[in-house]
Amino acid sequence: MPAIPRPMPDSASFAPTNSARGFAPNFASGFVLGFEQMSARRLYIFGGIALIAAGLLFGDIFAVFILHQNAARQAEALIAASRAVAAGNAAAVNEVFSHLGILLEDRGTKVDSHVHMIDAGYLALLLALVQPYIALSRRTKKSLAALFIAGGVLLPVGIFLIHYVGLTGSPFAAIGWASVLADSAGALLIFVLIVQAWGFWKYLRSRQLSEPELPDEDSMPRRALLTGGTILILLGFLHGAYYAGTLLYEHERMETAILQRMINAATAGNLDIATIEINDFGNLAGARAVNIAAHSHIIEFGLLAMMLSFVQPFVFLSEKWKRRWVKLLLGGSVILPVFVLLELKLGLLAGGIADIGGLMVIVALVGMLVGILRYSGGLDAAVRGATEGAR
Amino acid sequence: MTGSRKLLIFGGMALAAFGMLYGLQYALFVEHQTLDHMGGSLAQSFSAAANRNLAQSQDALEQYGETKYDYVRQVDAHSHWIGLAMLMIVLGVIFERVNFSEGIRQVVAFSLLAGSALFPLAVILQTYHHGAVVLKALAVVGSGLAIAALAATAWGFARPLK
Repeated sequence: MPAIPRPMPDSASFAPTNSARGFAPNFASGFVLGFEQMSARRLYIFGGIALIAAGLLFGDIFAVFILHQNAARQAEALIAASRAVAAGNAAAVNEVFSHLGILLEDRGTKVDSHVHMIDAGYLALLLALVQPYIALSRRTKKSLAALFIAGGVLLPVGIFLIHYVGLTGSPFAAIGWASVLADSAGALLIFVLIVQAWGFWKYLRSRQLSEPELPDEDSMPRRALLTGGTILILLGFLHGAYYAGTLLYEHERMETAILQRMINAATAGNLDIATIEINDFGNLAGARAVNIAAHSHIIEFGLLAMMLSFVQPFVFLSEKWKRRWVKLLLGGSVILPVFVLLELKLGLLAGGIADIGGLMVIVALVGMLVGILRYSGGLDAAVRGATEGAR
Repeated sequence: MTGSRKLLIFGGMALAAFGMLYGLQYALFVEHQTLDHMGGSLAQSFSAAANRNLAQSQDALEQYGETKYDYVRQVDAHSHWIGLAMLMIVLGVIFERVNFSEGIRQVVAFSLLAGSALFPLAVILQTYHHGAVVLKALAVVGSGLAIAALAATAWGFARPLK
């Protein structure tokens, strides 16, 4: 990358507004300048990690209190459908499938809220990395960052509310207010990304960095996150290839075969056999879900670890505490997907351990968030105030 | 900026934009109809069975299976394009830390780009030719390229800097 020939005309003053005294003596000087209090980069990093931690917490709560209960209700609906088939009551079948649709919407909107909140956090971290190459004024970049974080919060909130708000008070035939909120938040994110792309285009034309690049620090936490993250993604790729090669097609064949046997048994009035098939259907759905969840979670955690490796110089904690959070994060990133997979063999025990893995990642993220928050100057001021008071 | 980094960052951005546009057109013009068709076929299969019309029931169930086969692959291909593109952009930021010569880094970056584009494409093409062996082989080659490139990247990260 080229050196900074001159600052952008209306870019931030490079004079530091807060020092990091007492916390991190080995910073590249340029980095501190580019990470002053409430800069766009800081907003993206802080907001991004907070969104990811909140999304993971929501996922943990969803897994413990909603996921299994929802699956049980789906099985009950299929049993009701089988009974309606046995009784020759087509109207009741349609009613059951309407109810099943509501159950699937309930589950689907919660999964989508979880995924979108985490993905918005990833995008925020990614945007933090590219801020030096966005040739826009400091104020514009800050406004865009605030808009992006607002959109990243409102999008999953809107998706979550879709199931509860429905079409209440909506002037539209098929779109409720919660959908409008989610779509507007999504449009806000797209708008911010388009302006960022424009800023990047301006940088390509001028080749002038708007703020210092990321410091090229070579520390143990950074190396561990980078290598660990790459290995996690690699493991996720290998598991995905194994699943696609050995189980995907078999599971697809099994699904229609089980449904066929379920319908045949119900038509013959054999509800015991139909119930066994419904259980098999549930087990198959569980097997698919845990394989897909393990695959996606290990890759997401790998990507998260890699992105967190970039922001380690911004975490104002001692080396010892940084190492602890990194170990906790990588440990949780392995435990969660491995024990999600083991749920098929060990049942709820493995599910509980997987949730603890998720909690480990959340705690590590919050720990790093505290480290980033320390740069706000609040704690520095408190330390300085206490020192001056003691004098 | 080195050639390998340019390849990863600009290739990743192009792939992400393509994946998002593909997802957008799918969501606007295909997804809702597909989901309606999928749910409707399953409901119709049970409903026909309740009316003791087993041939129609079986037909509807087959339609459900085929629609779901397509839906899963369309959504998977879209999300894999974007996910792999994000990984390429992230790797592009720090690719100089991969401790190989620039020539090898360019080969690794190109393999990742080719694999990331090819693998989801082969998956989508399977929706037009269910179970075609050539397309399955193409998906295996694409995913193999991406896996090999990532393994090389991990190795490059692990090698100590001179």
